[in-house]
Order: sequence, then structure tokens, then C-alpha cells
Amino acid sequence: MNVLVLIEHEGGKVKDASLATIAAAGQLGSVHTLVAGEGDEARQTAEATARISGVDKVLLASDAAYAHMLAENVADLIVPLMADYDALLCNATSNGKNVAPRVAALLDVMQVSDIIAIEGERTFKRPIYAGNAIATVEASDAKLVITVRGTAFAKAAAEGGSASIEAVSGPGDAALSSFVSCETQASERPELTSAKVIVSGGRALKDAATFEELIVPLADKLGAAVGASRAAVDAGYVPNDYQVGQTGKIVAPEVYIAIGISGAIQHLAGMKDSKTIVAINKDEDAPIFQVADIGLVGDLFQIVPELTSKL
Amino acid sequence: MKVLVPVKRVIDYNVRPRVKADGSGVDLANVKMSMNPFDEIAVEEAIRLKEKGAASDIVAVSIGPAKAQETLRTALAMGADRAILVQTDDELEPLAIAKILRAVADEEQPGLVLMGKQAIDDDSNQTGQMLAALWGRPQGTFASKVELEGDSVSVTREVDGGLETVSLKLPAVVTTDLRLNEPRYASLPNIMKAKSKPLAAKTPADYGVDTAPRLKIIKVSEPPVRQAGVKVGSVDELVSKLKALGVA
Repeated sequence: MNVLVLIEHEGGKVKDASLATIAAAGQLGSVHTLVAGEGDEARQTAEATARISGVDKVLLASDAAYAHMLAENVADLIVPLMADYDALLCNATSNGKNVAPRVAALLDVMQVSDIIAIEGERTFKRPIYAGNAIATVEASDAKLVITVRGTAFAKAAAEGGSASIEAVSGPGDAALSSFVSCETQASERPELTSAKVIVSGGRALKDAATFEELIVPLADKLGAAVGASRAAVDAGYVPNDYQVGQTGKIVAPEVYIAIGISGAIQHLAGMKDSKTIVAINKDEDAPIFQVADIGLVGDLFQIVPELTSKL
Repeated sequence: MKVLVPVKRVIDYNVRPRVKADGSGVDLANVKMSMNPFDEIAVEEAIRLKEKGAASDIVAVSIGPAKAQETLRTALAMGADRAILVQTDDELEPLAIAKILRAVADEEQPGLVLMGKQAIDDDSNQTGQMLAALWGRPQGTFASKVELEGDSVSVTREVDGGLETVSLKLPAVVTTDLRLNEPRYASLPNIMKAKSKPLAAKTPADYGVDTAPRLKIIKVSEPPVRQAGVKVGSVDELVSKLKALGVA
């Protein structure tokens, strides 16, 4: 099977989620990748992609129309390329989820979303109902369009490959949409979806200042990423991209520390594949304790500063 | 401007889904069903656009069983003007839904389609993007802010790195994220009034759409169960556990 993987990148670097998607693609067949972007950044990304282990070829589409991965333009680029491929794999990230279904519809293919395992050439496992059920599905369309849950697959090695790079071009700007601006917070912390340790806070943190005062120093001590429950994000303690859950980020770190998070099923959906879950909560009946490996019942306003000072 | 709002009847978000013993799916018998929460946000946003004078007419559409009428009545009680039920007892996949919605859009000619970014039952997160593709229109997915500006709409999107704003030419498809708004509750008088608002009954065949499934469900199983672990009694104990894990 010939597989095309859409690469997600930033600042000339390949995102970790794409390494997992490349590994998943390798289970299906020969892996070609598509780097869509503009100028030096796109070229650097293509060179980095060519070095990823398991990549056989890199297609590079460099055009201002692809600088911000607008779905309208990127889908129109991918659709004609799919004449040479049996499957398109994208990350199940906000980017991949935006682009892949647009391609699928144009190819008249029913997409398989958010796969967590490959059972056969056309058979996949995917979580449904916020991860409370796992469906095994078999695709019957001539081509496959798939989004891949990055935490469910080991990452391909970033070095070791020596793929060729081939320039491709598409129709360019569809003139349906335009990029206006983005607000992203530069952070020294590891990314949530690839962090080894995550410290996550819930509504019990009271306000933004308290969240910052209690959660951040603990995360700093552990070199951890900072996450949050939906309640904490809705209450404005932290920005939206901190949210872990069914509709936020799906994470699976070595250690997930949930502080003042009761454990609604929508939150559990985003973190229950973590290797070790630690919960700190004053309510001993909180559902989070049903999935936690290590629990501590008590007042987080005392426990967290004490924990931070003793680590 | 007309706004089309597709809504789906799904398991209530507070209910814990149970997998059927025979592995054929999730047991929905005698389970509380509600409007998909993201669709509720879409209905609310459409109503706010109407209250601001930006939208003239709100049409809610649902594709599903006869009981999806209740979901449409909820949308009407919140403030939609009329509804269309495309009735089918089959569970349609996002691609088939998108094809039907495209046919509805051709008929209704909305300036904007507002819909949930995903349904909380199958968690596919596809239908809006597919509709936009088939209809040849731009898409603003995962919206946390929607502003109409003449013949375009500015959409602020919740993306992995933060927020991104795009400008889309109308007509467009916008899919809603959690923080776009807080949906209102329908008042009792409005619930009564909704009963007399028009609700058209259609079938997928009326739109000439082939709804045969493309994915075969081999089985539906329980996820691996996590066992509750141990409770520690003090911070010191927690520190030593964390040290044993090698994180401290």
C-alpha cells in the first residue's frame, strides 16, 4: 500500500505527532510525506522530514497559499496527489482534523477518525463515546483517509532516513479563506501531547492567580507540561490550549498529576491512557480516584506547596 | 441572511455509555438522549446573530429517527424559526450526513451553516468539514468567536497552540467549540410556542443521497479498565512514590 502522510510543522521543525503518524503509516506500507508550507521554513521541514526513519519520499509544496495550512487550499493540493496513493494519514490534532475530512469528502471517502490501533490493512480501532467504547471498523472505500491519535503509536526516529525530496505544486490559493492572526503563547515547557510528566489543575484552584501560584512551581520542579480541566479553562484560569479531555488534547504521559480535578468522563477521556495517574483532591469519593494509581485526599492549598517544597 | 443549524440527537453527556454484551454497539435503550452539546452552542450562536440583526431566519435540521423531532423542538424552543427532519432509522455516517446537508443547503441557500464540531457519540469530527468541501465553501472549525463582517465572517478557532483567526467568504460553514457561548434554556412559554412552529418531514431519498455505510463495524468493546490504585496518607509518602517513578 502507498501511504501519504501530511506533515505538521512549526518553525522548520516536524511536530512530534507527525512522527507517530509516520510510524502508523509504516504499518500499512510505503511512506511518502507531504510538507506544505512556504519558503525556508517549508524547505527546512522537508529536509528534516527526509531524515526521519521510515520515510521513503518527501513531497514539498512551497507556496504562500500553504503558509497557514488553510484547509481549503491544502485539501485542493492533496486531492490530485491522491491519484498515486492508497491512503492519506493525518494527525488527529486540530490541524489534521481540520484538513482530513475535507480531503475525504472530495475523494468520496468515509474517513476513519482518531485511530488507536491498526488491525489489518483496512481494519482499525478507534475510541467512541469519549473513550467509553472502542470500535473496530473495516473501511470499504477504494482509498483510506485516516487521522491518527499520536499517543497510541510509538514515534518514528527523527534521524536515520535519507529520503529524496520532490517538489510538487497545487492550485494555490482557492480564495475562499484567509489567515488573519494567531495568538500562541511561547513557552519553555514541553508540549502537552508529548510531555513525560503533566501537572493538571481543575476548578478547585479558585482563580488564575492561584492556578499560577500552585500549579506552575510544581510543574517547574518536575519539568512538566501544564494541563487543565475544561472547568478551569471555562473559568478563565488558563488558555484553551491547556485543556485535556474528549474535545481538548489527548495525552498519555508517564505521569499525570491531577490536582483539584473531580474526573468527569470527558476529562478522563483525555488522560486515562497515562502510565501513572496521581490524584490530589479533597473529596475522597471523586471519580478521579477510580482511575488514579496514587491518590492523596486532602486540601490542595496545603498539599501542593508542601509537595513542591519537598521535591 | 438565513442560518442553517444541523443538530443531532445523542446520548446525554452526563450518562455513562455502556457497551452491549454482544459487542454490536452501545446500549441506548432507555438512556436519556439530548441535543449534542456542541450543536446546542451552534443554535445559541445563530439566535444571537438574529438578536443582533445579522441573521433573519434560523432553520434547524436533523437527520435521524422520528424522535429527533424532540431535538428539533428544543432548537425551536430556544429560538429557531423552523425545522426540517430528514427521517431515517439507519445510523448514517458523517459522509452521508454531509451529502444530505449539502442538498438541504442547495435548497435553502443559507448564508451561514453553524454546527457542532463533533457529536459526542461517535466523536468523528468530520461532518462540518465534509459539508464545506462538498458545497465548495470555506470552513471555520472549532470556533470560539464568530463575527460577521459584510460578505465575510471572521472566525477565531481553538487550535493546539492557542487561538487562530481566519476570515471566510460567505456562504461558509462554521463548527462550534465549547467556549463560543453558553446556550440558553428554553422558557416554558417558548417551549409551548415551539410546538406550533413549522417542522417539515423528509427522507434521505428525497435528496437522492445514497446512504449505504462505508465503514463496517466489526465490534464494539469495552476499553481496558483501569484499576484504582492506592491512597497515600501524607505528602511525604507521595514524594517517595514519585521518586520511585523517577520523576522527582
